[in-house]
Amino acid sequence: MTEPLSREDVSHVAKLARLRLTEEELVRYTEQLGKILVHAQDLNSLDLAGVAPTAHPFGLVNVVRQDEVHPSIDPAAVLAEAPDAEDGRFAVPRIVGEAP
Amino acid sequence: MSLPNGWEMVIGLEVHTELKTKTKLFCGCANAFGSAPNTQVCPICLGLPGSLPVMNERAVELAMAIGFALNCTIQDSTFHRKNYFYPDMPKDYQISQYDVPINAHGYLTLPDGFRVSIERAHMEEDTGKTTHLGTSGRIHGADRSLVDYNRSGVPLVEIVSGPDIRTSQQARDYVAELRAILIAIGASDGRMEEGSLRVDANVSVRKADAPFGTRCEIKNLNSLRSLQRAIEYEALRQIEVLEDGGKIRQETRHWDEDRGETSTLRVKEEAEDYRYFREPDLVDLAPDQAWRDRVKAGLPRLPAERRGLIESLLGELSDAQRDAVATIVDQGLDEYVLGVADAKGDVSLALARTANEIAANVAGRTNLSVANFVATVAMEQLGQLSATQAKTVLGELLESGGDPAAIAKAKGFEQLSSDTLSVTVGELIEANPDEWQRFKDGDDKLAQFFIGLVMKATKGQANGKAVIAELQSRR
Ligand SMILES: [Zn+2]
Repeated sequence: MTEPLSREDVSHVAKLARLRLTEEELVRYTEQLGKILVHAQDLNSLDLAGVAPTAHPFGLVNVVRQDEVHPSIDPAAVLAEAPDAEDGRFAVPRIVGEAP
Repeated sequence: MSLPNGWEMVIGLEVHTELKTKTKLFCGCANAFGSAPNTQVCPICLGLPGSLPVMNERAVELAMAIGFALNCTIQDSTFHRKNYFYPDMPKDYQISQYDVPINAHGYLTLPDGFRVSIERAHMEEDTGKTTHLGTSGRIHGADRSLVDYNRSGVPLVEIVSGPDIRTSQQARDYVAELRAILIAIGASDGRMEEGSLRVDANVSVRKADAPFGTRCEIKNLNSLRSLQRAIEYEALRQIEVLEDGGKIRQETRHWDEDRGETSTLRVKEEAEDYRYFREPDLVDLAPDQAWRDRVKAGLPRLPAERRGLIESLLGELSDAQRDAVATIVDQGLDEYVLGVADAKGDVSLALARTANEIAANVAGRTNLSVANFVATVAMEQLGQLSATQAKTVLGELLESGGDPAAIAKAKGFEQLSSDTLSVTVGELIEANPDEWQRFKDGDDKLAQFFIGLVMKATKGQANGKAVIAELQSRR
C-alpha cells in the first residue's frame, strides 16, 4: 500500500503552520498523521450515499445574541499581558509583507 | 476614457463594508470608529484561549438585507477559519464564509440600466489596524509595527461582483450605487475615507471578445476618484506591457494617490493556501422563512426607486437636475422635495434649494422641519422672498431653527412694494438710456443688466420676476 501521506506533504503543512520540524520529527509525524488518515479512510467502506456531510455534532442552527454592548476590558490590563506596547497599542516586530 | 488599439478593460470589484451594528460580530465590544486604541477589546476579539464567538443577530439581519437589496439568493450558510499569520488577527485566523456564503447570485442595476452580476456577499470579521513605524507609513523600512484591535471582529460583508464592468466610469457608478444602497438600508455609513467601505479592483485587459487576460488586484482605493484613476492607470500600464511583448504577472498592486500610479505589493507565485476549515465554534445559519420575510419587510425603498419618484415629479430633467436628485437621495433628503410636491409647490425650486442649501449643511437638518422648508419655498415662489433672501432664510433655519416668516421679517426681507419697485426701475431707466433703448429694440439680454442694477439698488430685496414684469410693462 502506498503511503497515505508523503514527507513533502507534512513538510508543506508544517510550513503553512509556521512549524519548524527536525528530520526526525518529520519522519515521526508523517507516520502518525498517516495512521490518522488511514483510520479516517475506514469511512469509505461504508455506504454513505444520501447522508449529508456533518460538520457539527449538534443539530443547532442560528445561535445568536442580541446586539447589545457589553463592557470591554480595561486597556491597561490588556496591554499588561503584551510583551511590548507603545502608545496604547501592541508593539510587534517589523512586519515583512502586507496582510493577505 | 477610451483605450487604444481596440483594447478593452475587464473589471471585477470586491467591496468590503463594515456593518452599522452596535457591537462586534462575535462579542459585545462596541463597534465604533475613532475610540482610543485597544479600548474596545475583550477575550473573544483578542483571540484569547478558551473564548468562544457568539453571532450578532443584527449583523446577520443586515447581511440578509444586503442580499435582498442586491437581488441575491439568501441561503443556509456556514463559517470557516481562514488561517494566516499576521498580527492584525490575534487568533491567527479570520472567521469568514467560504464555500457557502449567506448571499449568492445577485445583481445590481446601474442608473443607466447596465446590470452588474453579484457573485456573492458573505459575512466575515474585520481585522485589527496596524501602524508601521519607521518611514513613510508604507511597510518597507518600518522597524516596528503597532496594533490596535478595536476594529478586530467588527462585522463585515464582502460583496464580490462578476467580471462584468468594462469602463472605469462603470466601476465608479457601481460603487456609488452600491454605497447609496448600503446607506439607504442602514447597513453601512459608506465612508470610504475612514475605511468603513473599502474597494479592491481586479483589472485585466483584452482585445474585444478575446478570453480574459491575467488580472491584477489594486488596493488602497480610498475614494471614487482614486478608484477611477487607479483603474485607468492600471489598464494603460497592462496594455503597454502587452504591446511591448511582455506578460502580465498576477499580483497585488498598491495605488499611490499622490503619484497617480500603481506599484507591486505582492506577487502571487503560488495559489494562496489558507487551510480553510469549518469553524467548530459556530453553528450554521439557516434563517427560516419567517425571519427572512421579516428582514425583507423591513427594507426601505431603494435609491433607484426613490430617484425615480422624484424624477417623475419633475418631468424633463437636465443633467444638473439629475445630479441634484442623486445627491438628495444619497443624503436621504427626499422628504423635503416630496413635502413641497405634496403641498403642490414648485418641485424644481425645491430640488435646487435641497441639493444646494440643505445638502451643504446636512447636520442642520434637525433644525429644519419639512413644513418650514415648504413655507420658505412657497414664499420664494410667490415672490415674497428673492432667491438670495430665500437662501439666507434657509441658512438661518439650518443653523438655529425658527420660523421662516419671522426670520425674513427680522432680516428686513420685506418685499418691496410695487410702487417702490416701479420708482426704482424708472430711475434706473433714466440713468441708462442707451441700454434701455436696446432692450426696447428687442435685446432681451439687457433684462439681466437691469435686474442686476435693481438688485444692487435694493440690496437684493427685489424679486427678479417682478422686475422683469415691470420692465416688460414699460417696454
Ligand atoms: Zn470583544
